[in-house]
Amino acid sequence: MSERLSHLDRLEAESLHIIREVAAECRNPVMLYSIGKDSSVMLHLAVKAFHPAPPPFPLMHVDTTWKFRDMYAFRDRMAAEAGMDLIVHVNPDGIAAGINPFDHGANHTRIMKTEGLKQALEKYNFDAAFGGARRDEEKSRAKERVFSFRSASHAWDPKNQRPELWRLYNTRVNERQSMRVFPLSNWTELDIWAYILREKIDIVPLYFADLRPVVERDGQLIMVDDDRMRLDPGETPEQRRVRFRTLGCYPLTGAIESSAITLEEIVAEMIAARTSERGGRLIDRESASSMERKKREGYF
Amino acid sequence: MTKPVVNLEAVAAAGQADTLRFLTCGSVDDGKSTLIGRLLFDSQLLMEDQLAELESDSKKHGTAGDAIDFALLVDGLEAEREQGITIDVAYRFFATPRRRFIVADTPGHEQYTRNMATGASTADMAVLLVDATKGVLTQTRRHAVIASLLGIRQALLAVNKMDLVGFDEARFNAIVDDFQDFAKDLGFAQVQVVPISARDGDNVSGPSDRTSWYDGPTILSHLETVPVADAALAAPFRLPVQWVCRPDRTFRGFAGTIAGGAVEVGQKVVVAASGRGSQVTGLYIGSDPVGQAGAGHSVMLTLADEIDVSRGDMLVAPDARPEMTDQFAAHLIWMAGDPLLPGRQYQLKTATRTVSVQVSELKYRLDVDSMEHNAAKVLEMNEVGFANLSTAEPIALDAYDRNRETGGFILIDRFTNETVAAGMVAFSLRRASNIHWQALDVNRVVRAGQKHQKPSVLWFTGLSGSGKSTIANIVEKKLFARGRHTYTLDGDNVRHGLNRDLGFTDADRVENIRRVAEAARLMADAGLIVLVSFISPFRSERRLARDLMEEGEFMEIFIDTPIEVCRERDPKGLYAKAIAGEISNFTGIDSPYETPELAEVHIDTTSLSAEQAAEAVIAYLEKTGRLSGA
Repeated sequence: MSERLSHLDRLEAESLHIIREVAAECRNPVMLYSIGKDSSVMLHLAVKAFHPAPPPFPLMHVDTTWKFRDMYAFRDRMAAEAGMDLIVHVNPDGIAAGINPFDHGANHTRIMKTEGLKQALEKYNFDAAFGGARRDEEKSRAKERVFSFRSASHAWDPKNQRPELWRLYNTRVNERQSMRVFPLSNWTELDIWAYILREKIDIVPLYFADLRPVVERDGQLIMVDDDRMRLDPGETPEQRRVRFRTLGCYPLTGAIESSAITLEEIVAEMIAARTSERGGRLIDRESASSMERKKREGYF
Repeated sequence: MTKPVVNLEAVAAAGQADTLRFLTCGSVDDGKSTLIGRLLFDSQLLMEDQLAELESDSKKHGTAGDAIDFALLVDGLEAEREQGITIDVAYRFFATPRRRFIVADTPGHEQYTRNMATGASTADMAVLLVDATKGVLTQTRRHAVIASLLGIRQALLAVNKMDLVGFDEARFNAIVDDFQDFAKDLGFAQVQVVPISARDGDNVSGPSDRTSWYDGPTILSHLETVPVADAALAAPFRLPVQWVCRPDRTFRGFAGTIAGGAVEVGQKVVVAASGRGSQVTGLYIGSDPVGQAGAGHSVMLTLADEIDVSRGDMLVAPDARPEMTDQFAAHLIWMAGDPLLPGRQYQLKTATRTVSVQVSELKYRLDVDSMEHNAAKVLEMNEVGFANLSTAEPIALDAYDRNRETGGFILIDRFTNETVAAGMVAFSLRRASNIHWQALDVNRVVRAGQKHQKPSVLWFTGLSGSGKSTIANIVEKKLFARGRHTYTLDGDNVRHGLNRDLGFTDADRVENIRRVAEAARLMADAGLIVLVSFISPFRSERRLARDLMEEGEFMEIFIDTPIEVCRERDPKGLYAKAIAGEISNFTGIDSPYETPELAEVHIDTTSLSAEQAAEAVIAYLEKTGRLSGA
């Protein structure tokens, strides 16, 4: 007689089931890939779900052009290893308007990520997009379904979500509706790391501590990743031993001082940490309900 | 108090730990969110910035005065924080060294009962909260019934706000007796009762010194130790096939999540529908070969023989097969604003299979207060009923109390695509294998051939007084003149005979159309051209009629006359009566008409005479070849 599944086995099985269900029932699915650790886990699960065949959908990166250089190199390598097509979309309107994280702050995120994502979904006519969001990240996420429906304008209506029972997912969409699907809904940050450890999943080197050029700004350590970084008067980059807990656009992503250079050390540090994960992303600090509002507008 | 995980061995251990999924439910303001917030707080899983946000939110929206309002930790939506209520089910996660917990915090308001059922469907245990000052309420009973219906066998009754009744033992016992009396028939294996104050933390994660008369476990210690038998593991082997993997000619794998029992390499399995058997030659999780795997695992397996297996099929143990049935009885929890109408077609999804279904008979509605069975014609949102269902094709099913995965299903509305019901199979009504259709030598092809025509159903729909019958009558004369064999089914005539027992409620209208559609189908089967002239206001029923006929046989003819014109004409004086309130449920007045979206023929009577309209219908029949010989 078999035993009850361990916690990680249960999470893994649930995610594999969700990923296959989308592949089986959706017309034209895509997996959004943000190059972070959650994306790495999601990609690993997609490969597992269909092995020995490659996953039957492409990867898509909605790029802002402001990611860390290490992330781009890692992205191209991982897509090739998984045997998947990689679509990279950059919002051309944002580029034409010279949108950047220094002058436009949260608008940069809205235009390059949110608008860019909507454009890409429409351009390729995708009816379902996998995302790596987890319910433990933030309060409005905790209320979102695994299969989350978006109107033609990509808006989320939190009060009108379909009930999700057992492992039965209703994947039918109305004309011009689309779905976001979150196979990692029930994972916590701790689970993600424990799974990366167990499965020896490759992650971007930026998660490991190293000497990196940073400046201190609004209490956050910002890495000077290339010469586009604008320095305020009096700011001089200094080499500090830092790593990142979450990855985004480099001018908007705070590093932490750390000497963790192995996965084991990262996890140990994570457990001891007393600051929750998204605190490192400047965009979330604007208001308590900012995530819910962004999601209603179509943010992933 | 239990310490949180703090070292690396604990991380590995946490990954290996057992998981308990539970839901919290109870009536509004019983303190569910506060209890979960307290559990998160006590297991030290709050980060510094979350605590800072909680303190600032407590000042802004809190209901606990200057103290921290733990409910704000879990009420995630803006409207919830503003109104101080929980709207949607929220999932929360915490851990102790003994177990990992996934909590579904479900709303207490009656209109959100469907969300509670959602949380209960995957839970091992239910934590029911009762406010000590109010006692057991309707919602408490409703939630206990739904938890029981969804197969939860472990319950914890937390009598909250004991601080407001002075930690009075007699009050506690009275509430417990009241609940036990109600719950004794609900099939719970165990009901643990705990007196608590979620706000102050009494008996939540540490014992309270204010309840010296209570020597049972705290909430957390019970959650950590309650035994959870996994019924699915003990059940016979079931693998609903989710995906067939064919990367090349040499490999053919069947992927899915094991819904019952276990499987190992070398084991014999059969396809439930066809009865074809084979042997498992390989079993994999990702790229890792495994010797055996049990319920809950997502696997890919290979078989020794090239038997026909596709998505929707179920691989099962040869000696303990599920029922293959197209008629069964089930409990339904209705979740949509539009009521359940017997006879209407829905989509049913169970495991990896989706088929058409109709509720053939609503046996009763369950009154969750009295547990009485009440006769009902429809099921409204949040009501629980027991019904017979009939699917278009036989499907593999187990009784829900034997297997939650292969005995649970959802119903989906064919037009809105919404999930409208959760269903739990009680028993099969007959085995599909026992039905043998009479294979007749004189069949529809032969009958139509004898008449030298193609059987067709011309379905005239439109408002009362729009001119349906007038136009249908002219069309029939023209067809008759051409030597065609026809028959007209007219709304008024049928209501005097076949449908004499039906009124004009939505439920009766659906049944009215179903019978007429079935009669039209029999006539088409006999080789006739059938003209049906019915208001038939609902898209679903016109769709049902269309689906009953052979491909190309059904033509929807929309007689489009503005309601002002119909009211003006009022050939039977019905509009006048409806407006005067003498008759109710009159289409266009106090009952809706759903305009056809895909009618084959659209007749605008403001620009065509009845004669011209009939010509247009004939022209369409000629154009599509329906009037050429069979």
